[in-house]
Amino acid sequence: MNESPLLTPTLFHAGPVPISGAVVVTWLLVAVITTASWALTRHLSLRPGKAQCVLELFVETLDNQIRDTMQVQPEPYRALIGTLFLYILAANWSSLVPGIEPPTARLETDIVLAMIVLLASIGYGVATRGVRGYLRTFAEPSWVMIPLNLVEQLTRTFSLIVRLFGNVMSGVFVLGITLSLAGLLVPIPFMALDLLTGAIQAYIFSVLAMVFLGAAVEAHPTPKTLENKEP
Amino acid sequence: MDNLIQIVSILAAAIAVSFGAIGPALAEGRAVAAAMDAIARQPESAGTLSRTLFVGLAMIETMAIYCLVIAVLVLFANPFVG
Repeated sequence: MNESPLLTPTLFHAGPVPISGAVVVTWLLVAVITTASWALTRHLSLRPGKAQCVLELFVETLDNQIRDTMQVQPEPYRALIGTLFLYILAANWSSLVPGIEPPTARLETDIVLAMIVLLASIGYGVATRGVRGYLRTFAEPSWVMIPLNLVEQLTRTFSLIVRLFGNVMSGVFVLGITLSLAGLLVPIPFMALDLLTGAIQAYIFSVLAMVFLGAAVEAHPTPKTLENKEP
Repeated sequence: MDNLIQIVSILAAAIAVSFGAIGPALAEGRAVAAAMDAIARQPESAGTLSRTLFVGLAMIETMAIYCLVIAVLVLFANPFVG
């Protein structure tokens, strides 16, 4: 166990660009998810088959979750949140395939995922409120809060990174240690626990992404929107 | 001198993980106890409760994981070891 989990070993070079194992696994996952989504949505019918039923159940649950968490219509956010959830779930569970290490156990993948959430929250905030309106949310409830709000943007992105990285990395770490201590069947309960942790972390990451996007889109309901909500 | 820093780093990692595990352990115990209590009172809401419990437990566990990350940082990416 002398290999540092914080360093990313280079697998090969594509020209001047070093390619790590996590990137290759990510490409594989993207290919698999894209192919599966394409194959599942190609023959949609009014009388759904088994696969389409599962798909509709997933999309409906996602929509309800977005509606409950963000209090908005789910259409603009469905693709982003759903893709985040599916990718993290597939990445966490990819450790089941022998020889594949989940890309989320490397710091870089998690940084990119959290950066996507941060940039998306800025983008959606600017799109719904305008640049001036979005910047004004930093000065709410008063201008004293500006530094705190700025720091909050950074710390919550950082906690997103470390939460996902720490959970998945510690799973891989524990597996490696048990494997080096005891042989064949002992790591299996830990792998089952990893499955649970991976699913919960994917769920938590997407829920937190929803919360951040929701905060950027509708941080403090203005009196006008409240009036509109009253019948 | 370099050796001393390594010894201190290993000690610091052990202390970080052990003390960082105390708080989340107590918190998880309280959360599970409260959930058990609620399930005993209202067995029909066990599904919602256990789902929320799992998410809450994962959130609490993250605090311990932060300590683990710090320990790993100290062990593998220590800036003071040449």
